[in-house]
Amino acid sequence: MQHGKRGPAFWLLGSFFCLFVLFLYGPTLTILILSFQGPSGGLTFPMNGVSLHWFRNLFEKQMVGDFAGSLQRSLILGAAVMLVTVVASFSAGLAFRSRFRGAGILFYLAIASLIVPSILISLGIGLLYRVLGWDPAWYSSAFGAHLTWTLPFGLLIMFAVFNRFDRRYEEAARDLGATSWQTIRHIVVPILLPSLIGVGLFGFTLSYDEFARSLYTAGTFNTLPLEIYGMTTNVTTPVLYALGTVTTGVSFLVIALSLLSVTWLRRRRARHGSDAGKAA
Amino acid sequence: MNRVKSWVTYLQVAPLALVFLLFLIVPIATIVVVSFFDYNTTQIIPAFLLQNYEELLLSPVTWRTYQQTIQFALITWALTLLIGFTVAYFVAFHVRSPTMQTVLFLLCTIPFWTSNVIRMISWIPFLGRHGLANTTLMNLGLIKEPLEFLLYSDFSVVLAYVHLYTLFMVVPIFNSMMRIDRSLLEAARDAGATGWQTLLNVILPLCKPGIAIGSIFVVTIVMGDFVTVRMMSGGLSASVGLMMANAMSLLQYPAAAANAVILLLLVLFIVAAMMRLVDIRKEL
Repeated sequence: MQHGKRGPAFWLLGSFFCLFVLFLYGPTLTILILSFQGPSGGLTFPMNGVSLHWFRNLFEKQMVGDFAGSLQRSLILGAAVMLVTVVASFSAGLAFRSRFRGAGILFYLAIASLIVPSILISLGIGLLYRVLGWDPAWYSSAFGAHLTWTLPFGLLIMFAVFNRFDRRYEEAARDLGATSWQTIRHIVVPILLPSLIGVGLFGFTLSYDEFARSLYTAGTFNTLPLEIYGMTTNVTTPVLYALGTVTTGVSFLVIALSLLSVTWLRRRRARHGSDAGKAA
Repeated sequence: MNRVKSWVTYLQVAPLALVFLLFLIVPIATIVVVSFFDYNTTQIIPAFLLQNYEELLLSPVTWRTYQQTIQFALITWALTLLIGFTVAYFVAFHVRSPTMQTVLFLLCTIPFWTSNVIRMISWIPFLGRHGLANTTLMNLGLIKEPLEFLLYSDFSVVLAYVHLYTLFMVVPIFNSMMRIDRSLLEAARDAGATGWQTLLNVILPLCKPGIAIGSIFVVTIVMGDFVTVRMMSGGLSASVGLMMANAMSLLQYPAAAANAVILLLLVLFIVAAMMRLVDIRKEL
């Protein structure tokens, strides 16, 4: 398999892979194109001219609910979830390297948090707030609901990262007289920075796109996915696609920034990396 | 371990533990408690009744809905496994350069970081009555009337599931495949195995943990789903999640809670069965 000419299996599987990628991206590309539909165009092809009409429409508040407001809320919430996910997963990852009472239970709670259907978390938090007589809100109950989804991902990534982390770097730092805090700040964090960016990417995008966990926890003011869902039932113009294009654009921007910074860090490390054996 | 260090450790896991306590354990406990409550049209009344469970379990609608949800889960599981395994196999064993492998792997995972609701909406121009699929088929002369089952049917629900969740299979299976020692494949070939035999007798068994993890994700997501069913079936199909959402919108919170408890037990049972196949901590 590793040597010699490409056999027919390669071409067969290769075509299958291409079809799969087309299947993944095709629909999204279609609505990207259709969001530039002319003012008289409909939800399907053909295109009736090309315009930015539906994007302008999107930002006129009275037309389609509160798009700008929900976008703003989702961005703030996503950023907050990202920050907490990175910090809490990293610090828990550090802790899990040593044995402590309750480690097993906490690990299984993280797994449970992943496999308990999102709607049950949403329902449970919604009911809890109702029983207590509190009002759910996107910055309190939805914030917590999103964390139950992003933290397990963050924790599992940190496990994978620390399993491959060479502890001798830390020992070397300590031998040179660094305090624990200095070791973390100047040794561990810089080495793990690409992975921490990855955890942040998970934190932001999973929160930004979360629907089920926001459903009964967001309260009066909608987050973006709830707003979009609400629109699907009563909007039948390409403004829906414009919304899709803008939302996906934000996601892609975040993904691209993360990937670029990781690549940049790797390159920089390759350039400035080890100077072992290079002494004059 | 000395005293100070263990104190630091507990401080380090405190945020994580606190989130799980407040937003996982307490809410699930609330669901269990409320499932025994009484209710009328305006409020829920603390009580200890089995009535919510009785009504649920004695209704044929419940059984039909669970049956349909399990059916969705099974079909989606089979399709995502087949597609996910094939895609991962291609990238892991047929693509030779590691850079290309990373690029193709990322290509498969990027949609995971975009909105599911938008990805469902994006099927409308394809599957609608005047969508691309129908127009193309009609232009080719293969059909005379637009196919009605393409959008708003069980077909479109399963299509959306496969579209959204195949990457939950691709990622763990690819991960398992990349850990397979390549000399095993060489040994199999030297021992006279054909490519097909190597796949079935060497690669497949070694991918079991990845398959189990992917299956757990796909099955639990589909079992608890409600937004895909509602959006893609246009209200024509049912699911347990949808049933709960309907009860919630009628303010029948205890009924929804009882249903949630049953769903949770079912999902935990399925996951426990699949976990016997794999030790997740070893896979990281």
